Amino acid sequence: MRLSAESITIGYDRKIISEDLSVEVPEDSFTAIIGPNGCGKSTLLRALARVLTPSAGEVLLDGKAVQQYRSKELAQRLGLLPQSSLAPDGIRVADLVSRGRAPHQGLFQQWQASDEEAVNAALQATKLTELSGRLVDELSGGQRQRVWVAMLLAQQTSIMLLDEPTTFLDIAHQYELMELFRGFHEQGKTVVTVLHDLNQAARYADHLIVMRDGRVIATGHPQDVITGEMVEEVFGLRSLVVPDPVTGTPSVVPLDPRTATATEAS
Amino acid sequence: MSTRTAPRPGCDVDFGYSVLRPRTPWWSARIPVRLVCLALLLGAAAVLMGLLAITLGDYPLTLGEVFTTLTGAGEDFHRMIVLDWRAPVAAAAVVFGALLGIGGAIFQSLTRNPLGSPDIIGFDAGAYFAVVITILVLGSGGYWSVATAALAGGLLTACAVYLLAYRRGIQGFRLIVVGIGVSAMLGSANAYLITRAEIDDAMTVGFWGAGTITRVTWTGMVPAAALGCAIILAATALARSLRQLELGDDAATTQGIAVNSARLGLIVTGVATTALVTAAAGPIGFIALVAPQLARRITRSAGVSMFSAAMMGALLLTAAHLLSLAVAQVYRPVPVGLITVCLGGIYLIWLLMREARRHNGVMP
Repeated sequence: MRLSAESITIGYDRKIISEDLSVEVPEDSFTAIIGPNGCGKSTLLRALARVLTPSAGEVLLDGKAVQQYRSKELAQRLGLLPQSSLAPDGIRVADLVSRGRAPHQGLFQQWQASDEEAVNAALQATKLTELSGRLVDELSGGQRQRVWVAMLLAQQTSIMLLDEPTTFLDIAHQYELMELFRGFHEQGKTVVTVLHDLNQAARYADHLIVMRDGRVIATGHPQDVITGEMVEEVFGLRSLVVPDPVTGTPSVVPLDPRTATATEAS
Repeated sequence: MSTRTAPRPGCDVDFGYSVLRPRTPWWSARIPVRLVCLALLLGAAAVLMGLLAITLGDYPLTLGEVFTTLTGAGEDFHRMIVLDWRAPVAAAAVVFGALLGIGGAIFQSLTRNPLGSPDIIGFDAGAYFAVVITILVLGSGGYWSVATAALAGGLLTACAVYLLAYRRGIQGFRLIVVGIGVSAMLGSANAYLITRAEIDDAMTVGFWGAGTITRVTWTGMVPAAALGCAIILAATALARSLRQLELGDDAATTQGIAVNSARLGLIVTGVATTALVTAAAGPIGFIALVAPQLARRITRSAGVSMFSAAMMGALLLTAAHLLSLAVAQVYRPVPVGLITVCLGGIYLIWLLMREARRHNGVMP
């Protein structure tokens, strides 16, 4: 276990989202954080990334509080794909991807051979090599999200935190990205992602953190965690959990509320 | 040192434009050729304009005479005109223009808005207000007291605007609107103070408020240039942080930027550029607003670049200075600040109309 939160209290201004929250991200895992809207998933992820400072407790990385790392040192180990990022007007793909190299650069070493290699590899992994000279504004939504992923990849961190990476994409692009993340995981990276789609989470993750109202309700392997009771307790949705016909992983099929009550009544 | 322009296929990243990649054990960089060439060209044009400006005046000189004098030869009378009177003014046009361009680039980038330049968000007005108070109320009009007042006024106004616009962090557009409001309030306070002043003091303040560089001498220019160099060094050191901040605070933080201290450093540097210029020459509007955007359009860079904005600022101010001298030949002396405001006003109207159209007629 490399990354963990030890009874942290987090929130915005005076509004507390989570109190006394403890979670662990298993080493080399593909962890998905799931839960209903506003349950504090993204807030937890932002605290793990040190974007948000807990008012109590601490986040530990390799046994040391993240607050004690120098900014650059932390950025060489842990990267974040924020929910929304801003691209400067008129920026080109390779330019944007290169900005992920910032933690490896200094005032005098701004573009070493290692930077070139990392950006090249990131472009290749995200199939953007052909588009490297294009304007980011001209790309489709799916391509643009791949550019942000490439920027994170160029940062060459062993831990990747992803905040709802697939939310605004169509289904094909969603799975394309999830496959990409699976690839990163297979190459030895620890991936932690906030996800909305339970079936996707079950398919790709090997560890789930289930949250509701700022608390962790359940953690563990998707096979053990995703059950009809859990979905009803956490999301308030009655459903049938069946094996995914393609992968055999748990798959949530919502029940029709009308027939569900009718079955109960009879 | 290996310097290549053409990318080696399969090894070098294709950026979509030509890039120089100097690599030595102690220094490596990625230099966009077009941006640097155009910026240097702008800088050269600024220096040329400055030289042309030295030829103009009540006692016209030829460019040849100016060159001869600058290289150390020539008549004593020419030496006095060129070296003692006109050279500091020409140097001021170049240096102050560059500083204003840097200040504009910093704030437009921080606010992510082409309207977010220090002259629009009230820092000029704050510096001017402090100077009006110093001259009219405290009755001290020396260079250092005016300079200190302008610096303090600019910084205090920046703090006030920042705090008034602060709501769970700083949002560019709110900062601009608050700045325009504060600017208007300070303007009316200035107008009131001037109506109450002695006629001589009011004249002094009025001249100063128009923004003119013609009264700059080496005594004022040397410390200003030294401070200007310090500001340029600070801006260079902070440029990388500024570039990461453009991606949003979350991305910048996780890419190893100490966001709050970087932003504070950038704000102080940006305010210092305008405050320094305002202290020495009075408020010179619109250079900071126009230069970064014009430079961005010409160099086709991603976001605004401090370097090209500085060169464009130098060119714009020297050109305005030259124009004011040309007007003086046929009409009467016009402060350079009035010329930049007139030309900049046209740009501002165009910008506002374009922004309004971009948001379907609704301001964001």
